[in-house]
Amino acid sequence: MLEELNQRYEAAITALEQAADLETLEAWYRDTLGRKGSVQLLSRQLGSLSEEERPVFGRRINEVKNELEAAYQAKLTAVEAAALEAQLAAGAIDVTLPGRQSERGRLHIITQTLREIYRIFGDMGFQVYRTRDVETDAMNFELLNFPPHHPAREMQDSFYTTDEGIILRTHTSAGQIRAMREYHPDPIRVILPGMCYRNEQVTIRSEIQFTQVEGLAVGDDISFADLKGTLTEFAKRLFGEDRRTRFRASYFPFTEPSAEMDISCILCDGQGCPVCKHTGWLEILGCGMVHPNVLRNGGYDPEHTFGFAFGMGPERIAMLKYGIDDIRLFWANDLRFLQQF
Amino acid sequence: MRVPLSWLQDYVNIDLSAEEVADLLTNAGLEVKEIEYIGLPGAALEWDREKLVLARLLKVEQHPDADRLVLATVDYGAGEPKVVVTGAPNLFEYIGRDDLSDLQLYSPYALEGAVLYDGHKPGRQTATLKGRALRGIYNDSMLCSEKELGISDEHEGIVLMQQDEYSPAYKAGTSLTDVLGDAVLEIDIIPNIARCASMVGVARELAALTNQPIQYPDYSVVMDGPPVDDQVLITTDEPELNPRFTALIIDGVQQIPSPYWMQRRLRLAGQRPINVVVDISNYVMLEMGQPNHTFDYNFLRQRADEYAPDGPVHINTRLAQPGETLTTLDGIVHELPPTAILVTDPAGNLSLGGVMGGLDSEIKDDTTSVLLEAAAWNFINIRRTASTLGIHTEAGFRFSRGVHPSQTILGANRAAELLRQLAGGTVRQGIIDTYPLPPEPVVVELNPAYARQLSGLNLSAEDMAELLERLEFAVDPYGDYLQVITPDHRLDIEGPHDLVEEICRMYRYDRIPSTLLSDSLPPQHRNTKLEREERLRDMLVALGLQEAISYRLTSPARENRLLVTGAADDRPYVTLTNPPAPDRTVMRHTILSSVLEAAAANSRHTNRIALFEIGNIYLASEESELPDELSHLAIVLTGQQAAEGWQGDQSRTYDYYDLKGMVEQLFSGLHIPLTVEAVSHPTYRPGRAARLVVDGQQVGVMGELHPAVVKGFELRIERDQPVLGAQLNLELLQSLMPDTFPYRSLSTYPPVLEDLALVVDRALPAADVEAALREAGGFLLSDIALFDVYEGDQLPSGKKSLAYHLTFQAPDKTLTDKDVYKQRQRILKKLDQSIGAKLRE
Repeated sequence: MLEELNQRYEAAITALEQAADLETLEAWYRDTLGRKGSVQLLSRQLGSLSEEERPVFGRRINEVKNELEAAYQAKLTAVEAAALEAQLAAGAIDVTLPGRQSERGRLHIITQTLREIYRIFGDMGFQVYRTRDVETDAMNFELLNFPPHHPAREMQDSFYTTDEGIILRTHTSAGQIRAMREYHPDPIRVILPGMCYRNEQVTIRSEIQFTQVEGLAVGDDISFADLKGTLTEFAKRLFGEDRRTRFRASYFPFTEPSAEMDISCILCDGQGCPVCKHTGWLEILGCGMVHPNVLRNGGYDPEHTFGFAFGMGPERIAMLKYGIDDIRLFWANDLRFLQQF
Repeated sequence: MRVPLSWLQDYVNIDLSAEEVADLLTNAGLEVKEIEYIGLPGAALEWDREKLVLARLLKVEQHPDADRLVLATVDYGAGEPKVVVTGAPNLFEYIGRDDLSDLQLYSPYALEGAVLYDGHKPGRQTATLKGRALRGIYNDSMLCSEKELGISDEHEGIVLMQQDEYSPAYKAGTSLTDVLGDAVLEIDIIPNIARCASMVGVARELAALTNQPIQYPDYSVVMDGPPVDDQVLITTDEPELNPRFTALIIDGVQQIPSPYWMQRRLRLAGQRPINVVVDISNYVMLEMGQPNHTFDYNFLRQRADEYAPDGPVHINTRLAQPGETLTTLDGIVHELPPTAILVTDPAGNLSLGGVMGGLDSEIKDDTTSVLLEAAAWNFINIRRTASTLGIHTEAGFRFSRGVHPSQTILGANRAAELLRQLAGGTVRQGIIDTYPLPPEPVVVELNPAYARQLSGLNLSAEDMAELLERLEFAVDPYGDYLQVITPDHRLDIEGPHDLVEEICRMYRYDRIPSTLLSDSLPPQHRNTKLEREERLRDMLVALGLQEAISYRLTSPARENRLLVTGAADDRPYVTLTNPPAPDRTVMRHTILSSVLEAAAANSRHTNRIALFEIGNIYLASEESELPDELSHLAIVLTGQQAAEGWQGDQSRTYDYYDLKGMVEQLFSGLHIPLTVEAVSHPTYRPGRAARLVVDGQQVGVMGELHPAVVKGFELRIERDQPVLGAQLNLELLQSLMPDTFPYRSLSTYPPVLEDLALVVDRALPAADVEAALREAGGFLLSDIALFDVYEGDQLPSGKKSLAYHLTFQAPDKTLTDKDVYKQRQRILKKLDQSIGAKLRE
């Protein structure tokens, strides 16, 4: 009978191995370990065995039952896992189909650029001071040391209004006097952002309307070296640590000494390319030490007060950063342009 | 200004490459925009040093078999002279002369294998010189034109350079690169370096920057004609406008072509050679910066014979009289503004001072005696006249930026001497020099401590003096100060700050240290308005709106498309006198028009438009000469509310409630209680417009735009597709934005949800029903959400049903069914009383 048990065990194991689905498995269990199953039926015959055979057979049949039970459980887990796997596989999707786009808006690229400028200068103690678009000729020119008919005015063709002496500001420098007159005799560190207007031919490089950010620092211990340091720090933070700057002499009626700041070309890193016209340098802003006449017009004593000022164009900065080749894109409000930023 | 390095080299020694020179000048404020190379490495056509050399002409003979070819025998510095076959028309005059060597004529000479431009083909196409027979005579070399060498487009003949006592020295066999190779710097002359608008001006800077002496041109003149005596009288009515007038008379002038070296320099500098008289005038102006003018002296004398037969030629400078006209030498008749200063004689006007000569007094083909004028003019006056009349000349360019009166005599002398040397002229003895208003020398006291503070450079007074002296300032120590006398040629020095710039330039900007501000931090001023505006931008973007920024210049016609007439803000526009375009004449009154224009432009290619703009509008002010600049916000929505996907879910088009939802979210995010009331407004569709009210103040209007407005702005959209718009006054809105708000504690007790459907009059606004619900619900009613609106057959006519989810929640206990039931009954009773609402059965 022991032999019979071993045969049935072998047969059951073979059958179990071949079972591939839950139904077959259940049938196997019923036929093997179930109440009327082949192994169960054998255990009922325990009583017909001799005293000697009984414990041997009893031990063996328990072993067989346990082994079959364990084999069954293992098989069941495997079959269930395979069934789940098959079910999930049937639910596969094309993961490369386009995703659903939630509609989001974006800040205008110039707003983003302005914010970056605010942030960098904010860290250096410069606060934002906004003034007007429609200005007096005095604020825009005369008090900034541009006498009437001065050739420097030719560099900035103005829009005049029907009110004598009222123009659209040609640069945010127009706000310098307003800031100085409001804050004197305190020291000042401000940046003055805003929209400016010049009567120019509209081309891919020049616009009748453009933003500018002016900077102004006034105090009793400010030098041209401070101007260089502050603006170099700005350039590195805006364009990257490895940017080099170059200051060269220039002319603005409201600063003396005056300078242009160039940065090493961000495309070719100073090697020379079409963007920097093979000079390796990109002109980025104009700057200088506030002219004594301007300090005086702002209410400061130029013998004991010093200041620096600078002005930059956010459009130019954005054009360089993103390789935008047409300045007219900025106010055209084409969504295909705006939504790229 | 175009500056050939070879010309600069006459006045300053240059050991540097063209790039290094350009770099030095650029750093010092003379920005070199471009370097054009000729023949040198870097040029479009680089000359082979071996195959392109200078040849000396020995003999010219007619080609035996061709009328239009000659045989030129040349010495090119190597071995036997060579014969070259050429068709150069400017060699024909030498045919038959046995020996040309006394003429000392030189020409660029190319040997076989040289690469040149093809003179017979249009444009610049290179070709390699190969030997071939020309009408039976083998030829493998060539005499070259400027075009073939890439110097200019000139191809009328070969380059012929005659050596004489005034020309450079030439030598056969010299590599052409060393004779005609050049680098031309294109320098941007900004207003404060007007003194550099000449070769000498640039050379002076370069000499100072390289700490070398400058070699000025020879300003002496040989006067061996008869004395001028009192044959010419020069006076001025306007010494302020014409502080100096210097004149010389030169007789026997021949109007021949100028020598090649002069023509070449003029061409490199961008001027076209005409004849020696005109060329010298231009040459001297380019060389040392003083413009000059030549009058036909006999013409002046003939006029004098009329007005003063025995008296002198009388030149007077004065302002133009009313209605006075002048024909300039280009033949154009100008009506003169009263500010124009004229060179005149008693018979009439002669020229427009400092700007352009007159046609009548101009030298003519048969002119032999000239009166050479070199004068000083007020730069502002010249600038005004030139720009009023629209005359842009090289002289006007210089005079309108300022030329120091000290220069007239130098310029007059230089031009007269060149006329003597190159045009065969004889200079009469004596200079007529009227100088009513010599400027005071400019003396500046410089405090070295001030200079150190301003520049951040720790230089000694001696170092500063040395740097200034390089630029010809005379410096004397004067106690703690330096007394600095400005050199004659400069008009731009006013005070010590100007000297500090000169010190920095000479020290070089790039050597000045970079430091961070060490000054104490100034008082800090918060910009609340900007902060709030930026917060609004962030919120609008989060609502899915794209920010736009538009032109602020518009026209009344463009804005009138909003159909607002006689609005409250009917104040005048800020109007331009010189608008850039007929439809950009005024500063905008409304920002909605700007955003609608942006929407219209995008409607051509995009079917979802959700835009906003924050910016100023401009209203003329009654109190101030300056307009009010007010911050406004506009929103425009139209088209697909979401992008259409591939799963076939249909996207809605934006309607009024999308806009209203955004506005509500904006206000709730700002913690401003908003009331929306129906309003009638011409921009919006009747019955679909609302005003936004906060604390009884209107902060904006929103709604579906009137179809006529949509049509006016030419939006390309589906028929009947709604376009939603809103405009808000941010000046007002910002003032209403609280800095903070109270937090609402979270109840730990469970909420009870109830639905309630009410039947009310159809005309009753939902806002009123909600307000009544809140009023009736008291503090236990924590939330209300409308989930259904029904109008139809199942209701009595004139009625509608509004169904709400109500949330009841108490802060301090769990509400029982009984509590909620009582509350519900209370609400129904109160709503019946306040708005006549009934429970829908």
